[in-house]
Parts: sequence; structure tokens; C-alpha cells
Amino acid sequence: MLSDNTPLLEMRSIKKDFFGNQVLTDINLTLAEGEVLGLCGENGAGKSTLMKILFGMDVIRETGGYEGEILLNGKPVRFATPFDALAAGIGMVHQEFSLIPGFTATENILLNREPKKRNVISEVFGERLDTLDYNEMTGRAEAAIDKMGFKIDKGMRINEMPVGHKQFTEIARELSKDNLKLLILDEPTAVLTEKEADALLSSIRSMSEKGIAVIFITHRLHEILSVCDKVVVMRDGYVVSDVPAAETSVSEISKWMVGRSVENTGSIDIRDTSKSKTMMSIRNLWVDMPGETVRNVTLDIKEGEILGIGGLAGQGKLGIPNGIMGLYEAGGAVELDGKPIPLNSPRKCLDASLAFVSEDRRGVGLLLDETLEWNVAFPAMQVQNKFLKRYLGGLVKWRDEKAIREVTDRYIDELAIKCTGSKQKARELSGGNQQKICLAKAFALEPKFLFVSEPTRGIDIGAKELVLQALKKFNRESGVTVVMISSELEELRQICDRIAIVSGGRIAGIRPASDPSEEFGLLMVSMVK
Amino acid sequence: MNNKSFGKKVLGFVQDNTVPLMFIVICAICIPLSGFSASYLINEIVTRMGRNIFLILCLLIPIMAGMGLNFGMTLGAMAGEIALILVSDWQIWGIPGVVLAMILSIPISVLLGYFCGKILNMAKGREMITSYIISYFMNGIYQLIVLYMMGPIIPIKHSSIKLPRGYGVRNTVSLLNMRQCLDNLLAVRVGGVKIPVLTFLIIGVLCIFIIWFRRTKLGQDMRAVGQDMNVARDAGIKVERTRIISMIMSTVLAGFGMVIYLQNMGNIATYSSHSQIGMFCIAALLVGGASVDRASIGNVFLGVILFHTMFIVAPKAGAAITGDSMIGEYFRVFASYGVVTISLIMYETKKRKNKSLVGQQLAQAQKEEEAQNNG
Repeated sequence: MLSDNTPLLEMRSIKKDFFGNQVLTDINLTLAEGEVLGLCGENGAGKSTLMKILFGMDVIRETGGYEGEILLNGKPVRFATPFDALAAGIGMVHQEFSLIPGFTATENILLNREPKKRNVISEVFGERLDTLDYNEMTGRAEAAIDKMGFKIDKGMRINEMPVGHKQFTEIARELSKDNLKLLILDEPTAVLTEKEADALLSSIRSMSEKGIAVIFITHRLHEILSVCDKVVVMRDGYVVSDVPAAETSVSEISKWMVGRSVENTGSIDIRDTSKSKTMMSIRNLWVDMPGETVRNVTLDIKEGEILGIGGLAGQGKLGIPNGIMGLYEAGGAVELDGKPIPLNSPRKCLDASLAFVSEDRRGVGLLLDETLEWNVAFPAMQVQNKFLKRYLGGLVKWRDEKAIREVTDRYIDELAIKCTGSKQKARELSGGNQQKICLAKAFALEPKFLFVSEPTRGIDIGAKELVLQALKKFNRESGVTVVMISSELEELRQICDRIAIVSGGRIAGIRPASDPSEEFGLLMVSMVK
Repeated sequence: MNNKSFGKKVLGFVQDNTVPLMFIVICAICIPLSGFSASYLINEIVTRMGRNIFLILCLLIPIMAGMGLNFGMTLGAMAGEIALILVSDWQIWGIPGVVLAMILSIPISVLLGYFCGKILNMAKGREMITSYIISYFMNGIYQLIVLYMMGPIIPIKHSSIKLPRGYGVRNTVSLLNMRQCLDNLLAVRVGGVKIPVLTFLIIGVLCIFIIWFRRTKLGQDMRAVGQDMNVARDAGIKVERTRIISMIMSTVLAGFGMVIYLQNMGNIATYSSHSQIGMFCIAALLVGGASVDRASIGNVFLGVILFHTMFIVAPKAGAAITGDSMIGEYFRVFASYGVVTISLIMYETKKRKNKSLVGQQLAQAQKEEEAQNNG
């Protein structure tokens, strides 16, 4: 028996950077046997990175390891692979399901740990030819399901299961490991119905009674309060608070989550566009974008405004522009300036003078092996026949190289793109400068309406500022309506006029950007599914 | 309501079994036109079942491991041919010859299967086209061995096998002395139909092996790898190794299958026996209702019966309709490529359909919600 003052898990001054970008600073955590710890924080706060370190995921080692130490039962450990962590009694249920679709719950629960029987052939050819012991498998699966306290059909195939049961299958798999001491649940209730979520909470309680410690990551804050012993809130790679759950409240936690320690200013010149005409009206939009499902969104966007769309990852904010632009299957009705826009047809959107700067800039946004000139001018050339010289009454079209160079040079200048010249290949630029090229490309289309998705993802602070200012300038000077989608609330507050928060695939609310951060924080978690 | 759901079921059944149903219709039309007697037809089909089923069964294992239709089974066929050429040069005939050829083919098949598996691991998701091209590449090496190395490097003595120029193997190698030796041993005649009991017994053993294999740890791992490589890897299954093993098993079985096939034929067309075998086996399997990711032993048997019935009756039926027997010959080649193409297309459409299903569900949920709000 361990003495009471040796915690099960202790993390001491954990630090982690990704290529010089500090994502975790001085994290200290302790967790006792059977304790339930609620971990919350905005996207990018460092929760997942911390759990990846604890679980020994490959990505940590590949990016240069971490600093600090982890103690398990008072002994320092350093896991090289998730298998080491598993062997030490740590189990993790990831956000994405890790199940074989055509296997039954039993087969999945015991995947690669099936009890086996020896036979004549396996004596000769080795143990991989042992036959599976189906009776024993059923028994063990049953035991794990009992331990979990939520009944699932152990003989049902995964692809026939409702999504909540898949989640429980994953949990049962971790519970079927005899040496399990610590279970990490990464947003397990995200896919559950209310009833299932309640069942999960009570099964967490019963696990904790059996001495299994649980780290519970969720955006549904009331769940944390109802089940956890203590709450740890992270922000920007720091632990901002570590308190017993009994001493805090939902509004306090959401304030910790979004509140910035740095200057906390909203947009300075907010434009009131409530009297302007509606530029785009979206009615009952659904989008089937994997991981970013949009359900029944109705939204009016006013002419000349910058509308921000924010929300937590996986709640559907990215689905809105991708669905309207026809990149993922969508349904509903969208009108631009009174004219209906056909969905599921990217070309029609571009013809309607819509432009989209995708969050996937290397995949969708850029022709990586072509020159900057080409990248800037290509869509305008394809869609609007710009930068073309016509001969023989338009039968022969030649590129107008001079015009292309001029416009590229202008944007290189305006957006301060660091490059050797307009003939450089897009691949050779840094992330921030590639992002600027994407913007230049959209600007060159001279659209009436611009979607910008995660324009500052993965670029440094200086470049971020420039990109945001360029967007604002583009909007204010040429009167283009801009919709910017970003997971960073502060940057939305900095340049937007209004901000819509998406939660659970729906619009949870629209507020002027000058409203305090806490308001938005509450909206973000209001309808999380 | 009941009628409706029954209708839906029938429609679903037809959609799931388009290819076999199509071939049943073709056979039903062609059989009377061809004018063959029932006993002739059954005799032919039984012979061809004995000849082909083993070869086709070897395709099941890579499908289980998610590697699609193994066009690389041609490699195993080549191994079987090389083994048979050597055995017939050593003048070992009859059952001992067949057994020795099978044993000899094993190391060659293992080597080729390992090589093929290694390459397919580098080309995940494009296994079928890659294995198809590998079989062409290996055909070149096979010809190099058979045409130039057999003689000077690999000793070939017998003049009935060697080309007159002193090296290389003749166009046809006669296996007259082991012709149908497996088939004739224990053969039973039932109403004028010869049933090669021993061959069927061997096939039966392989079927039992495959069923048993599915229940082993390795078989379970293969099924897991076949359905989701990443999940399997996360669970600690050695994905690459498992895939290579499935390739090796398939190649070795294909080698055995080729030996059985050729002992039935009675001669080896040295430079062409293997060239079409992959395509025909795969076509037969698909005719039996298999798809790229799902195939059963039942598919194999049904496929062989339907595909070869078509093979037998098509030339005669073609001649009866058009007066030209070439049309039937043309039709059977056309049909085998056609059926492979159709099933690949159907596989893709099914995947797409499943994808758009999610969208439909979303739209439906939205409608219900609106109805609730209004009502």
C-alpha cells in the first residue's frame, strides 16, 4: 500500500516547444489514486499536447521531446511509445475513434490482446497461428462492460452501433486492461446524447471508486463540476488555475479559459452595419464536413461588415465556408445579393464573385511548385479572364505577363511579402508569407464577398498582425464584405464588427465584437455536442 | 407496408448481386442456344472446377488483409511453372512429380511473395494496380530465366524441353506423364460425369484451412489490418509484417494452384500459361459476387460455375446466333475484362453512396427539427 502522500501521478515543470514555439510552460500537476481531474481550456491551450506527453505519443519524440519530469507512483518515468504508457497502466480514449468497423464490440475491446488456445499447427509455425478463444473473449468483454456500468451489446458490430456506443466500446477496451490505474478521456462526451453523457459521468464515478484515476477533458463545464474532484484550467500553455471543483463555478472557469493576461482590447473602430442591406443570407444550411458538421445554420451577413465566426474546434465553424463554397456536401439555401447560389458547385460560387481563402493553404490554397506570379494571377485568369490579351477576336488568348507581374509586385509590396521576387516558387516561402500570397490571390479576384478561414493558423505574431491589418484595410477601403473564421477569439475581437459563435454545429449567438470575452466563452460551450 | 419492405429487400438483393445475376441470365440464354447436352456441360464444369478453384481460393487471403484483388498471384503461377519444368526435366512423373513440384515452388513463391509484399507496403491504397504492374515486370524476369538461364546456369538436360539451340525452354512442355494424375486417382463416375475426388478433397482441405485460419490470431490480425490499418497499428499489430505474410501465403497457394491447374491441362505453355491466369481467376471470383474488400468461399464456387459455364457455351451460342464462332471467343475475353471493370466501378459508387448517406441523414434530422419547432 502506498503512503497517502505519494500521488499516483505527478508532472513537474513540464515544458514543450514545437520548433521554438513555446506551447507548454512550467506545467505542474498532481493526481491521487481514484481522483478525477477535469482539464479544460480553449483550443491551443495545450491540453492535448500535455496528454500526448503523458501518453508517450510519437509526435512528441519526433518534435524534440519535452522538458521536466513525470512521476508515476513516485518513480520517474519517460515513455518512448504509447505502448510503454499502456504497460505502466495509463489508458487513453482519443477524440477520434480507434475501432475496427467490421468487428464486434468484443473483438474491438480485446483487439490484439485476444486470449488464445494452442494447437498442433501453432506448435510448428509459431503462436500467431493459435486459435482465438471465443468463450474467454466473451467473458472478458462482459467483465469490462460490467466494470464500466453502461450496457452495450457486446456482439454488435461497430458500424451498426450508434455513435455513443462506439465511445463506450473504447472506454470498455481501456477498462479491460487489468493494470489500468489512470484513464485519460479526451472529450468523451462530445458525441454522446444527454442520457449517454449522464451514464458516462456515473461510470466515471464508479471507476474512481474502484481506485482508477481519471483525467477528464471536456468543453461541457457543468460535467466537470458534477464529476470531478478538482479542476485544472489551461490557457496559452500555462496552468492558470488548479482548484477543487467544489469551490468554483461555470462562469468562473469560462472566464479563466478565455481571459487574456495581455492587453484585452476589442476592435477599436466597430462599424454598425445593422441598417445596411443583407449581402448574404444563409438559410437552414447543413454541411457534411467530417469533424466539422454544420446543422441548420441561419445567418445574415450585412454589406461591408467584417463578420467573425468563432467557436471551439470540431464544432462546425470551418464547415460553413467550406460548405457554401462547394468543397463539402451541403444543403439549404444561400443567397448573395438577392441571387441564389447553387450549393455543391465551386465554380458557380467563384462566378458569383465569392472568394475563399482556405484553412488548408498547402493543399487547397497554393500551387506550391509555381511562381508567385502564377499563384496570384491564376484564379483571376481562370475565373474572370483577367490578365489575358485577346487576339483574333478572342479566339486566341495570351497571358499578359506584364500585367501579371505588376499586380504581383503590388501585392508583394502592400502585404510586405518576404521573397526574392515575383518569380520565386511558392513552396520556398515561410508559412506566414504563403498565407499572404493566399490573400493576394483572393484580393486579385476583386470579389464582392470574401471568406477567410483561419488566416493566422501556424504563423508568427508579427506576420499575424500584418495579415489581420491587410484584411481590415481590404474591407474598409474597397468595401468588400469579409467573413473571417478563426479559433482565436482575441484576433476576431481585434478586427471584426460582429462575431458569431458556432457551437454544436449551430449558431449559438451573435454579439458585437466589443462585448467582453467571457460572454463569448459562455456561448462557445453553450451547445457543445 | 409489408409489400413495400419486401420490394425494398428484393431491390437491395438485386443491387448487391448485380454481377452474379447478370451472369445467370447470360448463362440461361446461352445454354439452350449452344445445344450442349447436360452431361457434357456438367462434365466440363466439374473438370474446370477441379482445375481452377484452388487457384481462385488463393485470392481470398489478400482480400481479407485489405489488399484488394491480388493480380500478383501471377507470381505464384510462375513459381509453379518453373517448379514443374524442373520436375519434368528430372523425369519425375505422376503423383511424386506433382508433390515435388509443389514443394519446389514454395521457396520461389515465398521469395516472390515477400518481394511483392514489400513493394505493396510502399504503395498502400494502390495495391491492385501495383500488383498488376509487378506481374508484368516479373514476367520479364521469368522469361529471362526460362529463355536464357535454363540451360547454361540452371541445368536442363532433356531435349524435349530444351530448345534446339542448346539453351532455353521450348514453347510447350508436355506433362503427358503426369496429366490428370491427381484427378484420376480416386476418380468416381456418376452418370457419365467424372468427379476428380482427390482434387476436390485437396480443395476441401484448403477451404477448411481458410475457415480455420480466420479464427487464428494471424487471421484476426489480417482482418483488423484490412479494415483499418491505423487502428490496427495503434493496437500494436505489426501491420507491414502482417500484410507481407498475407502476400506470401497467397503466392504460395497460387503456386500450388498452378501445379494442380497444369497437371489437369497436361502441358505447360511456357510463355503464356501464367499471363492470363490472374485476370481470369479474378474475373471468376468477381462473377461469384465478391467485391474488392469482401469475398467468401461461396463466391469462389459460384463464380467458377457461372464464369466457366459462360466460357463453355459462349462460342457455340455465338456461332448459333451469328454464324461466326469468333464472336463467342471475343465475347468471353470481353466479359472477363468487363466484369473486372464493372465491379471496380461498383465498389467506388458504393463508397460514394455511403458517403452521401451522411448528408441525407443531416438534412432529414434538420427537417424533423423544423417540424418539431413548428408543431
